[in-house]
Amino acid sequence: MYETNYHRASSVEDAISKMGSADDAKFVSGGQTLIPTMKQRLAAPSDLIDLRHVDSMKGITIDGNQITIGAATTHAEVNASKELRAICPAICDLAGHIGDPHVRHMGTIGGSIANNDPAADYPAAMMALNAQIATNKRTIDTDDFFTGMFETALDEDEIVTAVTFPAPAKAAYSKFPNPASRYAMAGVFVAKLKNGMARVGVTGAGADGVFRHEDMEEALKGDWSSSSIADCKVDADDLLSDLHADNNYRANLVKVMAKRAVEASS
Amino acid sequence: MASISMTVNGKTVGGEVEDRTLLVEFIRENLRLTGTHVGCDTSQCGACVVHVDGKAVKSCTTLAAQANGSEVTTIEGLANGDLHPMQQAFKDNHGLQCGFCTPGMIMAATDMVNRLGKDLDEKTIRTELEGNICRCTGYHNIVKSIQDGASKM
Repeated sequence: MYETNYHRASSVEDAISKMGSADDAKFVSGGQTLIPTMKQRLAAPSDLIDLRHVDSMKGITIDGNQITIGAATTHAEVNASKELRAICPAICDLAGHIGDPHVRHMGTIGGSIANNDPAADYPAAMMALNAQIATNKRTIDTDDFFTGMFETALDEDEIVTAVTFPAPAKAAYSKFPNPASRYAMAGVFVAKLKNGMARVGVTGAGADGVFRHEDMEEALKGDWSSSSIADCKVDADDLLSDLHADNNYRANLVKVMAKRAVEASS
Repeated sequence: MASISMTVNGKTVGGEVEDRTLLVEFIRENLRLTGTHVGCDTSQCGACVVHVDGKAVKSCTTLAAQANGSEVTTIEGLANGDLHPMQQAFKDNHGLQCGFCTPGMIMAATDMVNRLGKDLDEKTIRTELEGNICRCTGYHNIVKSIQDGASKM
């Protein structure tokens, strides 16, 4: 790892001010992607601004049908929340399958979505649950937030502070993990929203990162069943092709994962 | 340089370290507690697992500065005169072959009991060991050891 300067932020404002006075800083939350990336010298920020101790960014709040998860809430905390599980078990189950138990004690939802790894799990859930991403500057619709592989709508000095979404009528996430890395080779989060809409978020497969599958959404809106999406086409041209799986294989996986998710939804 | 201070195995320790120092480097090189191992150094194998504020984390994927002010427990902090029940169970059940992964396995196992209780079935243990790799592939006896040790904690 190249040299860096560590700073612990006490508040969102403090983090922004520390970012402003540094040369080429990065925010770090759990660091479960950033630290390994720095160890490999694929990233070399001059400064690290630690958001993990910002109290206002922690915790899960449920207000009627609205769920708000603070950005510094760990995967383990999302997985273990009984209140959240009562109204949206799918997001708890998704969090419980990210990485491994030790990674889940450090990694956070804000870090995951701000990094927008093309194989990360949370972005698919945010897309399907029609989440609003709150930052220190504004609120961003999830459809506008993820802009490409490892790219988001965030400015350099912008921090995800929380995500908010309505509890769905039904939802589930199904992923096919790479047998070695356990990252999703295809992961599909399906959600039947209480306003009648159906949304389908796909991760691990898209050449530009997470995406929604609108044909499946249309089919599921009419009939929430795995048979309704049997004839939907997943275009392999838009998918990743690598040594683990070519794009045609991934296209099939997306369909299979979507069907399994619909069948598992509750 | 960062001036850090934390409680490790009940003792207050501190030092001046480079900001880029990993927690595992601080534990092994500054504190000379070499029970915590570096296996893969790429966040996968879990040989470096320690508890930070009561939770299992990979100390090769955490900066020492991130743990500033925390309470840390390493494998050396488990035994209290006698071996900890989980250590004894690994001994009784031949849960280690070369032993390299064992400190991480035991720290993961005690964390598992802290979160899920003492009555752990084989499937749960195998799923929970997702982040710990044994290169001797001796998982069968590791699972047996954890089940036995958990029941005695």
